[in-house]
Amino acid sequence: MNHAVNEPRSYLDAPYGVASWLLTKDHKRIALLYLISITVFFLIGALFAAGIRAELMTPEGDLFTADMYNKLFTLHGVVMVFFFLIPSIPATLGNFLVPIMCGAKDLAFPKINLLSWYLYLIGATLTLGAVFMGGVDTGWTFYTPYSSMASNTNVTLAAVGVFIAGFSSILTGFNFVVTIHRMRAPGLTWFRMPLFLWAMYATSLVMILGTPVVAITLLMVGAEAALGFGIFDPRVGGDPVLFQHLFWFYSHPAVYIMILPGMGVISELVAAVSRKQIFGYSFVAYSSLAIAIIGFLVWGHHMFVSSQSIYAGLVFSIITMIVAVPSAVKTFNWTATLYRGSITWESPTYWVIGFIGLFLVGGLTGLFLGAMGLDVHLHDTYFVVAHFHYIMVGGGVMAFLGGVHFWWPKMTGRTYPETLGKISAVLVFVGFNLTFLPQFVVGYLGMPRRYHAYPEEFQILNVVSTGGASVLGIGYLLIIGYLVASMFKPRNATANPWGATGLEWDIPSPPTTFNFEIDPVVTEDAYNYAGRAQKTGDN
Amino acid sequence: MHPAHENHGGHHPMLQHHFFNMGQQLEASILGMWVFLVTEVMFFGGLFMAYLLYRTLYPAAWLAGSHELNEVLGGLNTVVLICSSLTMALAVRAAQVGARMAQIVNIILTMGFGTTFLVVKYYEYAAKFEHHLVPGAHFDPTREPAQQLYFSLYFMMTGIHALHMVVGLGIMAWILYGAWKGHFNAEYFAPVEIAGLYWHFVDIVWIFLFPLLYLIGKHQ
Ligand code: HEM
Ligand SMILES: [Cu+2]
Repeated sequence: MNHAVNEPRSYLDAPYGVASWLLTKDHKRIALLYLISITVFFLIGALFAAGIRAELMTPEGDLFTADMYNKLFTLHGVVMVFFFLIPSIPATLGNFLVPIMCGAKDLAFPKINLLSWYLYLIGATLTLGAVFMGGVDTGWTFYTPYSSMASNTNVTLAAVGVFIAGFSSILTGFNFVVTIHRMRAPGLTWFRMPLFLWAMYATSLVMILGTPVVAITLLMVGAEAALGFGIFDPRVGGDPVLFQHLFWFYSHPAVYIMILPGMGVISELVAAVSRKQIFGYSFVAYSSLAIAIIGFLVWGHHMFVSSQSIYAGLVFSIITMIVAVPSAVKTFNWTATLYRGSITWESPTYWVIGFIGLFLVGGLTGLFLGAMGLDVHLHDTYFVVAHFHYIMVGGGVMAFLGGVHFWWPKMTGRTYPETLGKISAVLVFVGFNLTFLPQFVVGYLGMPRRYHAYPEEFQILNVVSTGGASVLGIGYLLIIGYLVASMFKPRNATANPWGATGLEWDIPSPPTTFNFEIDPVVTEDAYNYAGRAQKTGDN
Repeated sequence: MHPAHENHGGHHPMLQHHFFNMGQQLEASILGMWVFLVTEVMFFGGLFMAYLLYRTLYPAAWLAGSHELNEVLGGLNTVVLICSSLTMALAVRAAQVGARMAQIVNIILTMGFGTTFLVVKYYEYAAKFEHHLVPGAHFDPTREPAQQLYFSLYFMMTGIHALHMVVGLGIMAWILYGAWKGHFNAEYFAPVEIAGLYWHFVDIVWIFLFPLLYLIGKHQ
């Protein structure tokens, strides 16, 4: 009964067995369960992407029928957004780190945390079921009437899957908010929190406030498709544009669900690789909240050309310019932190630099799209595709991989070959730019998204893009390869391999089940690298 | 000294290992329920948004639709739910002072009111089916099409609300079991408290639905 009597063992060892993993309430094990699941879905999503890029090698629609192509990009989007990127950082690194960074033994509601993983699995299984039953062709946005009057029946199944996965993300956000409010160690005031916690807090707010709206929206679509309730059906006076409003009311904030956690990771990494207190800590912290709040007021920039009044468009355009400010604040502060830092060229450093560059391009092109007049030209072209991939893949996935590389020794107790870590970062960076930079050009020249054929003059750029995608794919596979291989090697990681600050680095790698043998008390600000250097210097 | 160390000798049997003490555990569960209710507000919010839009677009259809609802039954259900909120509040109070019998009686009364509500709702729904007011293929073709929108929203809003009542009854059954076993007292009453928050929330949703669907515009 009394666990204190036994020698504390690492969370990976105690206790053994499949059931002990599948029924675990330990936030760290749930993080690993999520990590495995989202990796599987990342690979599935990548497979669909490979299909898209292969088709676009040639101008003719030769490899797939138009219908099949519709299904490929729909499934790619649905899987990548709802089953990979939204849970990626929160459910893996967040699950692992939020309690530890708070100095707590677990999240506030461990059972609900496990429930969230099962909901994710159920949602994912239903959506995969829709894939095997013939796929979905609405685009990841599920616009009506594609998803209602004109739908094949699989849409309902896929929508139910996304609906259920939505609840898993609500539960994660809910757990983080309560944990950060109520479980912080003595002395860990709000402004001593690591910026990753601030970012997770802001993300959780968006999850809590936004996800229920998309849930009820999908339910209305389901009622329309299955029961004949015509809420978005013009035949009874329903308005399909209402669907777009409700959808983007969630989905613009949802893009911040995908990037805010990445920003949190980068804040940690920037401080660690430059061995410096982050520049303008409170600005970075508040900018997360600002993004979460203002992010709810810009959804109309997705609807400039869908019958929205131009006055509404004007307002949305202006607020879109405003929402870019807090992201810019962060970018400036990261750069200022790197400036004159004692930068160590370890593999996390490569991911940080890659992230900042790609996120910058993605954010700035967002401003192009937010300018109402310009968007009439760019809307629904490959420019938009390039924009959001720069943010979601260049930003979100780079940050996720950077975080995985940074905390891998902590999570698994193993190290990976540093050289491979650096090579893969470079491969991903180069492959990514080769894939998506040409898409800005080809989109600006007028190539629309979501068609399987295109005019011949766009072929060169598309071939470059497909070639880049192959490099990118090799980079990702390499990472999966050496990280999985490291699991078969003995545990060799020290408690603090990067010499970083933070509660997670004061405990063993991997941590014990309840994280802390002695409940921690926090006495210093986050990123007190200066204080540490002094201490070791004195010794 | 840290609270965790003070507690090491005598853990309350209901204290979960990852909390320092009962106070922290109570605060966490109550905040958790409030956060959950925020998600519920946003969830119903989508429906209210659709209601607002279509009501503005189709005032005549809305008027005709609300004439098909029985405001006496709706009013009766409103009274029933307000009574259930009272007994729920009394049950929470009884848990906080550890009065076992009062908990049991009040929880059973709350469940009784909840069931009454659902029975009345059943009769209202049955009437809608008879009068061909359910949207879809069987909707009364002599009516203006936009009335289907009214009834789509009527069924979704009241249906999801009724589903919340059913879940609430399940939660009440679970609380009743705990009260029966005498689990709740001044030290440990969080489950009753958060079940109460949920119950009151579901009541409040109805307080909005009733005038919006049954009353507004009807007596002009
Ligand atoms: C920070 C993370 C961001 C992410 C993850 C993101 C993601 C996306 C996605 C997924 C789309 C395409 C939706 C679709 O049609 O399928 C999109 C479009 C758009 N984004 Fe971003 N975005 C981000 C930041 C920004 C910023 C900072 C701005 C401007 C300040 C911006 C402005 C736009 C606009 C105006 C569109 C609509 C373009 C159109 O459809 O014509 N985005 N973004
Ligand atoms: Cu947006």
